[in-house]
Order: sequence, then C-alpha cells, then structure tokens
Amino acid sequence: MGGFLLRRVGQIIPTLLFVSILIFGLQQLMPGDPALILAGEERGDPQVLAQIRAELNLDRPIHEQYVLWLGNVLQGDLGFSWRIREPVGKVIIEKLPVTVQLGLMAFAIACLIGIPAGIVSAVRKDRPADWIANGIALAGISTPNFWLGIMMILLFSVKLGWLPPSGYVPLAEDWRQSLATTIMPAFVLGTGIAAVLMRHTRSAMVQAMAQDYVRTARAKGLAERVIVAKHALRNALVPVVTLGALELGTLLSGAVLTEQVFTIPGFGKLIVDAVFNRDYPVVQGVVLVVAVIYVGLNLAADVLYVLINPRLRHA
Amino acid sequence: MTTLAATAAPERIDSPTRRSLRKLVRHRTAMVGLALVVAFVLVAVLAPLIAPFDPTRTSWTAIRKPPSALHWFGTDENGRDLLSRVIWGARASLLAGVVSVAIALAAGVPIGMLAGFRGGWIDALISRLTDAMLACPFLILAIALAAFLGPALENAMIAIGISATPIFIRLARGATMAAKVEDYVEAARAIGNPRWRVAVRHILPNIVPPLLVQATLTIASAIIAEASLSFLGLGQQPPAPSWGSMLNTAQRFIEQAPWMAIFPGLSIVLVVLGFNLLGDGLRDAFDPRGR
Repeated sequence: MGGFLLRRVGQIIPTLLFVSILIFGLQQLMPGDPALILAGEERGDPQVLAQIRAELNLDRPIHEQYVLWLGNVLQGDLGFSWRIREPVGKVIIEKLPVTVQLGLMAFAIACLIGIPAGIVSAVRKDRPADWIANGIALAGISTPNFWLGIMMILLFSVKLGWLPPSGYVPLAEDWRQSLATTIMPAFVLGTGIAAVLMRHTRSAMVQAMAQDYVRTARAKGLAERVIVAKHALRNALVPVVTLGALELGTLLSGAVLTEQVFTIPGFGKLIVDAVFNRDYPVVQGVVLVVAVIYVGLNLAADVLYVLINPRLRHA
Repeated sequence: MTTLAATAAPERIDSPTRRSLRKLVRHRTAMVGLALVVAFVLVAVLAPLIAPFDPTRTSWTAIRKPPSALHWFGTDENGRDLLSRVIWGARASLLAGVVSVAIALAAGVPIGMLAGFRGGWIDALISRLTDAMLACPFLILAIALAAFLGPALENAMIAIGISATPIFIRLARGATMAAKVEDYVEAARAIGNPRWRVAVRHILPNIVPPLLVQATLTIASAIIAEASLSFLGLGQQPPAPSWGSMLNTAQRFIEQAPWMAIFPGLSIVLVVLGFNLLGDGLRDAFDPRGR
C-alpha cells in the first residue's frame, strides 16, 4: 500500500508540471499586449507601459517568465487580479465555499437518484423499468444543464413561485434560505452526474448479479432483497465509487454554467466574470486550482479503490 | 478470430465491417438516433430554403409574440422569427460539433498512434502531456482557451477541438498498442514495409471502429460545449443565430416570453440525443464481444 501510494504520488508531479506549462502557455495565446490592457487610459505613455512590463516580468525572456511565475505559484502566490485589485489566491478562497456547498449537494442528489435507479434497472434488466431508467439517463446526458436550469426557473420560480430564481444566501447566515437558493442549482448540477452514475451502477450490478456467489445465495434460499443489497450491491459499488469520483470534474465544469444561470457567486461565476473583464490572472488561477483539485481527487479515488477492494489491498 | 468464425460457419463468409453494419441497421435506437441526426443535417443544409423568414430581420411590430400560425415558434425581443433562427442555428451547432471533432481527430490520432507505435520516451512525454490536459475539466479548458483566443465561433471550435484532443490521443495510443503486436503487423513489418506505411496502411484501418464510436459521442459533447460557450458569449456572435446565445437572451425574458427559451433548448437536446443514440448503437455494433 505504501509503495503504491508513493508511486502514484510520483506520477502526479510530472503531470502537474505539464499542467503548469499549459496554463502558463494560455497567456501566450492572448492577442495583444497585456501591458496595454492594464495601462488603460495611460496606454499612450511609454514610461507607464515599461513600468507595467517590468512589474509583471513581461520584459524578460519567456522561459524566465515561466520560472518566476512557477516559483510564485509554488509559494501560494497566484498573481494579482487586474480587475478586483486583490491577490488571485484570496479571491479564489473566498469563492470556494460556495461552490463546495453546491457541489456536495449536487453529488448527494446524484447518488440518491443515480445509484437506486441503476440498481432497479439492473435487477429488472430488459424490462420496462430498465427501459424507462435508461431513457431518462440518456435524456439527462443529452440535456445541457444550463437549459435545464432555465426550465426549472420557469416552472418553480415563474409559474409556481416556490423558489427564488437566483441569488445565494450563505449557509452560516440562514440555512433555510441557503437551501432554498441552492436546491435548484444543485439539482440541475446533480442530474447529469446521476445519469452517469446510473449507467455505471447498472453495468456493475448486472455483472455482479451474474456471479457465482449470487447463485449460491439464491440456492441458500435468501430473500432476493438481501441478495441484491448485501451480496451484489456491496461488490458492485466498488467501481461505482471510483468512477463516481471522476465525475467531480464534470461537476466543476457544470458549476460554471449553473452558477451563471442562477447568479450564484461561486467559482464558476468568478471565471466567467474574469473572462469578460479580461482578468487573465484570475482565469489562469481558477484553471490551475481546478486542475490541482481534479488531480487530487483522481488520486483519492485510486487510493479509495485499493482501500475498499480487499483483493487489491495486499497486492 | 475471423478464421475461426469462418471455419465454424463455412456456408457464409462475411467481413467484420459488413456484419457490424448489419447489426447497426437492426439496432432500433441507433436508427432513431441516425434519423434525428439526418433530420438536423438536412435542416442545416437546407436552411435558406426552408426558413420562413430572414433569421436576422427585425420587426418592431412583432416583438416577443407567442407561437402562432405565422410564427410557429413565436418571435424574439427584436421581433425576429424564432423558427427561422432555430433552423439557421442548426448550422452553427452542427458545424461546431463536426469541425471541433475533426480538429481533435486530426491532432489526436497521429499523436496517439506515434506514442503507441514508438513507445519509449516519446510515449512517456506524450502520455504525461495528455494527463496534464485531462487534468483540466473539458469545459473549463475550453472556456479558458476561448477566453484567451477571443470570442468567435471559429475560436470556440478550436478551443473545443483542442480540449477534446487528449481523449483521442489516449484512445489511438491504446488501440495502436493492441494492434501492433498482432501477427498481421508483424508480417507487414517483416516484408520490409517502412514504419509509416505499416502505421497508415495496416494499423490505422484496424483502429477506426473505436475512433468512430468515440467521435460520434464526442460530437454530442462538442455541441453541448458550443452551446455552453455561446451561452456565455464566447461562441457565435450576434446577430448570427446560435442556440446557445439565443438561450442567453431568452433567460432575460423568461417571465414574458418563455417560448424564446423552450425551442432552442429542445433543439439542442434532440440533436445531442441523436448523436448519443447513434454512438451507443455504433459501440454495440462494433463491440467484438457482441459478435
């Protein structure tokens, strides 16, 4: 186990190094001179431009710029927002709890819908319940979540008036209001993942139900419910847990649009606003943080897979 | 594997491709998907002929009118006919889906085959780079790329294409590695074919099925990604119609004119569903285990 962990962490380092090159490289795609954008109305003054270039190290060769940038990043300095005039790291940390709350709620909803639907679908394989579950899952995968969000606002806020159409109240301030503002976006974000979880659960359960131990359990005369829940499900959940963890990337992508639709001031809204304000350090910072979180979650999923699978624990 | 099947059933020898195609035609949901895809392609191609109005012509007397006999899908905030805009919007969506996947295939397949075929440090380098790209969630990478490239449909297609490339690199690499140890590749090399010829003439045709399946499913994701970027204002620029940007405007009028949001969204769902159904059907048809 220790050796496995060490090897796995060792693999991450070159990946993260490439990620940093990639994100630094984004800046080079940018049309025009960043100093001109930053200088604003003083763009005609060559002295101001020279000063900005020196401050941002733009006057140095590109490889030196990268090394300086990476050095700062490793010390936790993600640069300075051009627009909000605050350190990028601080801005990101402020927005993170909002998206984490939304993401956790979405993931809980996804599990509550996706896993039971997958079980029913597998147990009733090739029967109407299976077709219906598969059909809904396919529709879920094919529906852009921002459109689903707009349709839910139309139904629950405009027509029925049950829920606020937008805005966000922090959990610490008023938990009821907080839940009321986040339940719709969390549902929207969760459904896409529920569909994927349903498909994984179904295929893992179909496989598990065909195993010898399930036949043995049946031969012993155990109730079908016990067989499904205790024998098949516990084995089938192993791949589902790890594949589910990978869907957290989808969650982060989805949050960008969902937060935009419901005007929730989280991570996703931050990157979109930064894109429109041409606040490139924030865009870079958010992508970097997302990539690091995602790589970390992948690692956690791999470790979890070994931990919950006894056959791999001693390998 | 083909020889075994042939000896078992000598009365009928069929190529694996034809067998898969026949299986695809019998796959009912795949045919529904194909029908949806063909329908939308026809709508996009024939847009100038079938659209009842000019999609960019504004009319101050027909602002935000609900669906009627004259305007089947209603009109938008500038009095433009929504049906015509949805029809023309199919062009942007399908074009973005197909072009970005073409970019991803053109870049990903040669790089992946190179990694799988050569192995060694080339493979290690390419694999780490692929890992790095996959470490950024698809849409976030596309948004960041589109942001730095600037808002335009072409840039959105490039951004989506680049973001989808690592999937194809990985797939082509894996398939190449599996194919290169097969006897026919060994034989092709033994008779003195240069490496590029072995790769292009002998390996490539054999890795087409998984690539085709993935390409079809990726077109579905790319269409959603284009709609998402356009929704954020990073794709097709107004007044040219695109489903994503129509939804962006529609959200502001959701109380007064819900039809503005319903029809473009339904179109996205239907075309994406079509590609997903077709992709799933192709996967079943080409799956060697199912033969």
